[in-house]
Amino acid sequence: MKKNSNKGLQVEEPLIFEQSSPGACGVDFPEMEISKNKLGGNHRVKPIGLPNLSEPAAVRHYLRISQKNYCIDSGLYPLGSCTMKHNPRLNEKMARKPGLVDIHPLQPQSTVQGALELIYVCSEWLTKLTGMPGIAMSPAAGAHGELTGLMTIRAALEDRGNPRKKVLVPESAHGTNPASAQMCGYEIESIPANSSGRVDTEKLLGRLDKTVAAIMITNPNTCGLFEDQIVQVADAVHEIGGFLYCDGANFNAIVGRVKPGDLKIDSMHLNLHKTFSTPHGGGGPGSGPVVLSKELADYAPLPFVVKTDDRFELIESAEDTDKKPFGRIKGFHGQFGVFVRALTYMLSMGSDGLRQASGDAVLSANYLLAQLKDDLSISFEGPCMHEVLIDDRFLKDTGVTTLDFAKAMIDEGFHPMTMYFPLVVPGALLMEPTETESKKSLDNYIDSVISLAKKAATENTKHFKDAPKYTPRRRLDETAAARNPILRWKPEKNSKNNSR
Amino acid sequence: MRYLPLTTDDRNKMLSEIGVGDIEELFKDVPNDALLKSAIDLPSHKSEMEVETSITSFAKKNKTTNIFPSFLGAGNYSHHIPASVDHLIQRGEFLTSYTPYQPEIAQGTLQALFEFQTQVSLITGMEVANASMYDGATATSEAVLMACRITRRDKIILSNGLHPHYNEVIETNSRHLKLSIDSTSVYNKKALCELIDENTACIVVQNPDFFGRVQDFTELSETCHQYGALLIIAVTEIISLGALTNPGEMGADIVSGEGQSLGNPISFGGPHVGLLSTREKFLRQMPGRLAGETVDEDGKRGWVLTLSTREQHIRREKATSNICTNSGLCALAFSIHLSLLGEDGFTQLAKINHQKAIDLSKAIESLDEVELINETFFNEFTLKLPKPAISIVEEMANKGVLAGVPVKRLIPHDIDMENMLIVAATELTTNSDIEKFVTCLRETLS
Repeated sequence: MKKNSNKGLQVEEPLIFEQSSPGACGVDFPEMEISKNKLGGNHRVKPIGLPNLSEPAAVRHYLRISQKNYCIDSGLYPLGSCTMKHNPRLNEKMARKPGLVDIHPLQPQSTVQGALELIYVCSEWLTKLTGMPGIAMSPAAGAHGELTGLMTIRAALEDRGNPRKKVLVPESAHGTNPASAQMCGYEIESIPANSSGRVDTEKLLGRLDKTVAAIMITNPNTCGLFEDQIVQVADAVHEIGGFLYCDGANFNAIVGRVKPGDLKIDSMHLNLHKTFSTPHGGGGPGSGPVVLSKELADYAPLPFVVKTDDRFELIESAEDTDKKPFGRIKGFHGQFGVFVRALTYMLSMGSDGLRQASGDAVLSANYLLAQLKDDLSISFEGPCMHEVLIDDRFLKDTGVTTLDFAKAMIDEGFHPMTMYFPLVVPGALLMEPTETESKKSLDNYIDSVISLAKKAATENTKHFKDAPKYTPRRRLDETAAARNPILRWKPEKNSKNNSR
Repeated sequence: MRYLPLTTDDRNKMLSEIGVGDIEELFKDVPNDALLKSAIDLPSHKSEMEVETSITSFAKKNKTTNIFPSFLGAGNYSHHIPASVDHLIQRGEFLTSYTPYQPEIAQGTLQALFEFQTQVSLITGMEVANASMYDGATATSEAVLMACRITRRDKIILSNGLHPHYNEVIETNSRHLKLSIDSTSVYNKKALCELIDENTACIVVQNPDFFGRVQDFTELSETCHQYGALLIIAVTEIISLGALTNPGEMGADIVSGEGQSLGNPISFGGPHVGLLSTREKFLRQMPGRLAGETVDEDGKRGWVLTLSTREQHIRREKATSNICTNSGLCALAFSIHLSLLGEDGFTQLAKINHQKAIDLSKAIESLDEVELINETFFNEFTLKLPKPAISIVEEMANKGVLAGVPVKRLIPHDIDMENMLIVAATELTTNSDIEKFVTCLRETLS
């Protein structure tokens, strides 16, 4: 077999463990005399097995593998519910500023007044944009925010004497919602969607009794629709002494136009890595601050920043406050570096820009809906919010599945839409263009989608089943990966594999 | 506005294709009284220059560890990050991609995660590691919940040597799950052994511990296993594994850790990267994402996210955790830094850290009133001062030395901790820093 299987810019790159060059090192250290150790006899005697590489070898490795990724910098990324918008590099530059990147979380508070002020200002923007008085800044991501929000609700209910038993979750919710409710010790009851893609309010209200601690609603929901009955739902859950949690993953559709506080929401997390443009980084880090109503504000977890006459103070212990923090959910003070990025974005966009951004996001999604409605099957009547849900009726009898369609999009040069989510329609294709695409970019995408839909209708299934063809790898065998999990490189295997 | 490509003309054309007059019409499902008619009362958009000025004004108000000699540790450590790490993680292909749900166009992220999992497995001495958690505290909390699922028991023992934040996060997260926590006042392995019984799900220790002490937990693991309990070893200073016997060799069942020290700046405490590794037999109870090896249609090796039937997007309330977004880019920084170091560099870096701490400890010997409480340490240890540590640290900060972490800040209830100060040294600590520390502490105490 030919050893070199590279094709132009498509380069095969082995694992870093298969490139070790004994004696090489990518970092130089000053020479140093080592005295008798103080490890109490616990010094390591066995080698670890890490590969040795020079700096050029390591840089080349990571650069080469990076080129196997699609990213928002390279093209439209219409992954519904994920909000893949442009990530401004100013955010990155600011997060790396000396004075922000090189301060330690446990420095005396007098030496980090600027950092505490930054957290405070960031939280002020978030509470003003949502119209909610309280906030917990420390959750590390959306799901962590959900758990924090529910714990806040639970703490308030416990304070009233009864934490209650159940949380109601619509079936269109992100999987994190029921998982978070479970981790907060609640039973989950699933609520179906109605024929217009919204929570079946009648069924929901029918399930309300004094065992219900909270309802978790996503608004705009994962069908890309505004839950128009949300205020009635809020009133009803408040009536029985429960709370309304809102999954704020889709806040980007309404920021600057609707304050969730006006919808009588009690608790809602914000994904700074979605609405506020901090990068996803291939799966994090995120940040999921939770805004809270007046009834819940005092139960927010430690730590939090308060402003006194002449300084900013970080409250780290329950004894230092009259409030009733329910505990601590993360080491140190939250995703500070992500706060810097989000605040940079908010200052850049301003109140007017954020309002325009949500408007453009909704406009772009409705433009897709209008252009695609004749050739694809739109699940629910518009207008939609920031994303448009399509189901697989348009693929009926073509032999092409949602998966095939998505993979064919890759060969057209696009990242596919979210597939098979939400679960309320068959073979879902959820498209979220975001506000950072030009009209030309949207038109190119629309052309590709329509031409593929027409191709599917003409029974050209092979085109779809073979896709993707132009990628570093073709369809990967996920079943085999799960059946026989290989989750790390092992030296024994390496010697066999590299023998060719 | 620089991030919005649509022009007024584009917007008008799009509105007319949709068949509405203006953008507001698209918001018709919003209750009318909740729909704002104008922008919220906050500042309007700003140029890059103006934003830089605003953010810089926050930065200028902080005293930084790069300018002032710093001996701060206790879970976050200042280390040198090679220039190429930050360059590589800022490549758009890594920075601006999503979780690798479409593996054919995310092989870069997936291969990096697979390598990260391998590196974490190797340095912790375990069989498998996941693709990252939020941070060390949440990783340790997830390790505890995992141990309770595996053993189907509900009693958790936390060593006194565990970082107080980790302790608090575990306490908060287990409160509603009918688990009972015994936060002991002991850290010594022999004393810990005596607390274990047939109801114990797990015992959590830290190595080196919060106070910097190093122990061999082999005997503790044997006692755990005798009773069917699991040993969780938390590591907050991951560089220590270049010098110490790894937790796997000591018999740990789950290792949780904070990976910040590799590749990630302290950044006021986040974002960082949680590590979680375990034995293969516990794989199905592991939380978080996993990248796995497979082949594509042409038989070529590639990677996918796998075993997702453990995860929330498939299993919902029956998932092993609610975690979704984790610390992908921080894990990548960790991985690149460790690749640059390699076996030799990682070992050398650990040696230098240890030596700097030895140098610091020796310099402190000249201070009669200051007592070093550790018999063992890696790169940090605890000092007993003759006065309350919080005020000493405050005074020293005014004189330009960031002296360390007063234990009382994290353990406010314990009066015995009043005078305790945790100090750390790393490869960034210079002889001149050490001299300044000793001189400043002497002055402050006199």
